[in-house]
This record gives sequence, structure tokens and C-alpha cells, in this order.
Amino acid sequence: MFKGDFIKNLPKIYGTYTGGFLVFIILMAIAEQAGVSAKNIGVMFVAFTVLIYAAIGYLSRTINVDAYYVAGRQVPTVFNGMATAADWMSGASFVALAGGVYFGGYTYMAFLVGWTGGYVLVATLMAPYLRKFGCYTVPDFIGTRYGGNLVRACSVFVLFIASFTYVTAQINATGTIASRALGIPFEAGVWVGLISILICSMLGGMRAVTWTQVAQYIVLIIAYLIPVFWISSNVGGGIFPHLMLGDEVARLGELEQQFGLVKNSAADMKAAGVPGGLKYISGSHSGVPEGGMAVWKYLSLAICMMVGTASLPHILMRYFTTPSVRAARKSVAWSLFFIFLLYSSAPMLATLSKLALMDPNLPTGIIGKSISEVQSIEWVQRWSEVKQVFIADFNGDGILQLNEWFMRGDVVVLATPEVAGLPFVISGLVFAGGMAAAMSTADGLVLAISNALSHDIYYKIIDPKADTAKRLLVARVLLVIIGAAGAYIASFRLTSILGSVAWAFDFAMSGLFFPLVLGVWWKRATRQGAIAGIIAGIVSGTLYLTWVFPKFSVPMWGGVNTPFLGIDHLRFGLIGAPICLVVMVVVSLMTKAPSPSVQKMVDDTRIPTGKPILGKQ
Amino acid sequence: MSNKDAYWEKTKNHMFVTLALWAFFSLVIFMFGSELNTMSFLGYPLAYYMTAQGSLLAFVIILFWTANKQEKIDEEHGFSERGDD
Repeated sequence: MFKGDFIKNLPKIYGTYTGGFLVFIILMAIAEQAGVSAKNIGVMFVAFTVLIYAAIGYLSRTINVDAYYVAGRQVPTVFNGMATAADWMSGASFVALAGGVYFGGYTYMAFLVGWTGGYVLVATLMAPYLRKFGCYTVPDFIGTRYGGNLVRACSVFVLFIASFTYVTAQINATGTIASRALGIPFEAGVWVGLISILICSMLGGMRAVTWTQVAQYIVLIIAYLIPVFWISSNVGGGIFPHLMLGDEVARLGELEQQFGLVKNSAADMKAAGVPGGLKYISGSHSGVPEGGMAVWKYLSLAICMMVGTASLPHILMRYFTTPSVRAARKSVAWSLFFIFLLYSSAPMLATLSKLALMDPNLPTGIIGKSISEVQSIEWVQRWSEVKQVFIADFNGDGILQLNEWFMRGDVVVLATPEVAGLPFVISGLVFAGGMAAAMSTADGLVLAISNALSHDIYYKIIDPKADTAKRLLVARVLLVIIGAAGAYIASFRLTSILGSVAWAFDFAMSGLFFPLVLGVWWKRATRQGAIAGIIAGIVSGTLYLTWVFPKFSVPMWGGVNTPFLGIDHLRFGLIGAPICLVVMVVVSLMTKAPSPSVQKMVDDTRIPTGKPILGKQ
Repeated sequence: MSNKDAYWEKTKNHMFVTLALWAFFSLVIFMFGSELNTMSFLGYPLAYYMTAQGSLLAFVIILFWTANKQEKIDEEHGFSERGDD
């Protein structure tokens, strides 16, 4: 099935798949009408989709090194765009993005700009050149361009820190969704998630991950968009929410005025027993906060996310799989288009969901109603039981105020269909979508880490004489070890010590952004410069993180420190990356210019035609 | 100047133009968020619209435009790949 004209048949294959999935949704809707329980529908949605991914993973098995590392470099532009979009949009994007907008409003939306704008950097500075280079992994480029094992090992180290920070959060998300949908304990859910992830990647490496990611993208985008359009028409937002919610946004502004945006004190929240991780609305939905510091906070967050995007190895390596340099460029554009479909919908979902709860004129509105009345609503009861929503009557008037309603961000995506009166089949679909999003990102990350370890550390440094069979065996063993390590940390809920997903972006930008960019754009960059830059960037960034993040700073530095220029723990890349740049430039200029052969290598990297620098390895 | 150097010169300039557009839609407009929000587009306050949708769409358009433009530069200098994608 995966031989010969498979590539030509792709549109047909995935068209059939999409049709089949839609039929499955309709069957589930019929099953719901026929009285199948909500729980069983959830189980069937997750089980059915995961089995399909596993089948794709099995069919894509390979014993060819080129197929294992770069999918044989034959993934067409548009399909690579879909795979990248799935690789990119994590479980967190799927379930938490709308929640972030819901609570954070305009300020939070710096993430939306950051997580999309970064692709312009990928397309102009990196992707086409790395594709021409013909490397298997990101450290492969750095190791060959600058020459030497030390610089290769340094870049693997940065890749490891950045990707591992990210992957535990993804395995955690697969565990959460699997446990909720299948009705099993969280710890078991994590291992179910891990096994699903490994089946999709172990036998076929990048080739298997590519074709499962395309399948996962189709599921996740259907699962995100159907509810958004349906909810919108149900609550009177119009059939095309993206263009029609102007009045709703304005209405939210009025309601914020009416109810007032109140900041709760930490002491009050503690006294009322608000469970951890739950949030309340304290910022304006569409209003821009006043003052230079607020502007800087927005811009600095966007910069970190954009530059971080352009340095994350699991994204960059997707563009190694296209047939040509030109295809790599176009593929970045398609990736962003597919990402845009979801990202532009998240604020619309947040707006609809917020209005449904806040507007007292709507039957779903709860703010401003009596607390006893709200507590008797079925969905409020159900989500309260699992500590996902919480009510604290701070002023004791028995009326629910805006600042007295607490909710976990995920609930916006997971419960809004129910609140807006959609059938349960939609909630089952949302579970399947969340699972697809979390799995596809985890796949890409686990593969990025294990490929770097097997190709750059094992094959290039430890045993350059290893034959194909041995290399692929090592690659697969490492894949299982990395996955298991991530699941182990996730199952013990140690993820809180690893902090935010945003850290992965900051780590990557601190240690990888400038070595990658200058490797192409500045011939004078030398090996010593790159080594010094990577080390200085990652060390200074990490030290700053420990200094500014209270959980680390209290034991390490003896107290809580005020962020320097508003650069808090989400933005520490703004310390690491500039230091990396300065050190790299200074050291490069102090050392001897790269040899003519290296300069020629850079010249060849810059033009699309001709042989790749690294051929089949 | 050799053909390669001329090609790289053009590619570099094209990169700067693309990054200028990128910086405009990702950074410059959000320096004036409060001012922009007094205007409206499709009924949305403008700064809200840009961060929720407008800038994202601009990035997509920039990417398709920049890829096409770069292909033309490739062609002009004879570095165009044969159609295999």
C-alpha cells in the first residue's frame, strides 16, 4: 500500500479517510439517539481513532534509514503542511488555548501572534536552507556546518532540554484525555497514551509519524471547527463566527463594565478553598491595558514565542521531508494556513463561551444569578465534582459575581458544547480531537529527541561504523526509553516542577536560534563561536530562569526576585538569546575564519539547486 | 559580481523586506494597541481583531507571497528546481 504510486494516491486515500471519519461521527450520533451511553460514545471515539493511527503506523514500518529519519524526502507540500500543523498544535493548544483567551483576553492573545508569526522566521531564515543542506536532524546541521563533535553534542543538549520540557506536558495531556474518555485512572491513562504514541512512531520513524500526523490533523481540525460553528449558530452568534462576532465582543465589554473586573487577593482565594489551577476573569476581553509596561509585556512575550518557534527542532525537522527546497518554502506557508484555521477559531470560541456564561439575557447565563440556582445546574454539578469549576461567595450576598466564578481553562473547550446544548456526540468528538492533538505533538517530540541521540550521539560520535540494522535498532530503543521517561515523569505528576510549555521556546531560542541563523547567513561564524554561543546562551538563560522563578529562586538564591525589565519566567529567552548572539559574534571574530571548504559549503547551502551537502547517510 | 553573488544579494534583500512586513504585523501595530482599538473593523475593535485574527492572516499571506517571489528570483538566476513537488 505504501509503495509505488502511494504519493500520487494521497489525496484519494486521505479523502476516503475523511469521509469515513464523518460517517463514523454520523453513526455515533445515531447510536446516541438509540440510547448508547455518553461514556461508551467517548470510548468508541478515542478507541476508533487511535486504532486507525496505529494501523497507519504499522503500515509505514521501514528498514530504510532515509525513510526512518526523513520519510524518504517525498512528502508533498500540502500534506507536509498538515503534518506540521498537527506536530505543532499540542494538546495544550487544543484544550487550553480558548481557555487562555477566555481568562486572559487581549493580553493572552500575544501567544496567538507569537505562535503563528514565528513561521515567517522559519520560512525566511531556516527551512529552505536546512532542506538544501540535507541533514537528518537539527544538530546534524550544526555539527556539519561548524564541524566537530563538541558543537554537535552541545546542540543535542539544548535540543534535549527544550524538547523534553515540552514532551512531558504532551504525555500528561494524552493521559488526561485517555483517562477521562476511557474512564480509567490517570496513571493508567498515561501508559495507554504512551503505547499509542510508540505504535505510531516506533516501526516507521519519521515516515510513520508523517502519515499519522496527517490523519491526526484531519481529526483535530474537524473536532475543533464543528463545535465552534454549531455553538455560534446555537447562541445567536451567526453561522460564520469569525466575521460576525463584533457585536458579541462589544457586549462583553459592556458586561465587564456592569459586573466589574475585580482582582481577588491570594489570601481570600486560599480562605475560600479555591482548588489549584482554577482561574477567574480579571482582565478585559478586547480592551488594551494602558501603559508602556503592558505594551512591552505583550511584545516581549510575542518575540519569545516567535523566535522560539523558529528554533524548535521538532518543527524544523518536518521541513527535511519535502522533495525540494521550493517545496519546503511552500510547505511552511501551508503549515501556517492549517494552523490558522484553528488559532483564529480559538478566540471566537472563547468569546461565545464567555458570552454564554456572562450574559444574563441568555438562558445559559450564570453570572449575576443566585448561587443556589447556579449550583443546581446539571453541568455545574458535574464539573464541580471533579473540581474543574468552583464558586466562592466572597461578599456573602448569595449572588454569583464575575470574580466568584472559578473554572479550569480546559473546561471552555470540553464543556461549552454541553452548555450550549449540543448533543454528546460532539463532546466525544472533542475528546478524539484532543487526543489527536496531544499524540501528534508527543510523537514529533519523542522522535526529535531519539533521532538526535541515535544519529548525532550514537552514529556520528560513538560508533560511526555501525551498520543500518544496528542504527535503526538503537534509534528504536532510544525512542522507547525517551517515551517511557516522559511517561514516568508525567504519571507521577512531577510536571509541575518542569513548569510551563513556554519554557521549551525559551530554552530553544537561548541555545539554538543564532547558531542556526548565523550558520546560514554569516560565513564568518566559527566553530569556537558557535560552541561559546550555545553554552553562554543556554547557561545564562537557565540561570536567569532559576533567579526569576520563585520555586527555584527561594532555595537557590534565597528569596523572591523582581523580574528585570518585566522579563519573567515565561520570557527568559530574552536574556539567553542576546547573550548567545553577542558571545557567538565576539568569539567568532576573535578566532580564525572558517576554511575555504566550509565557506563553499555555506555558499552551496544558499542556492536551491545542486546536490545536498549531506547525501544519504 | 558573479551570478551566485547577485542571487544572494537579491535573496538577502527579499529576506529583509519579508522580515520588515513580519515586524510590522507582529510588533509595530501592537505598540499602538490602545490607539488602534478606538477604530473598528468588521465591528471588532481593531487591535483586538489584529491579535485574534488579522495578523495571523497577514502572516499566512506573507508566507505564500514570499515563497512565490523567491521562486521568481530562483528562476531569474537559473537556480530553479525542476518541478518535483
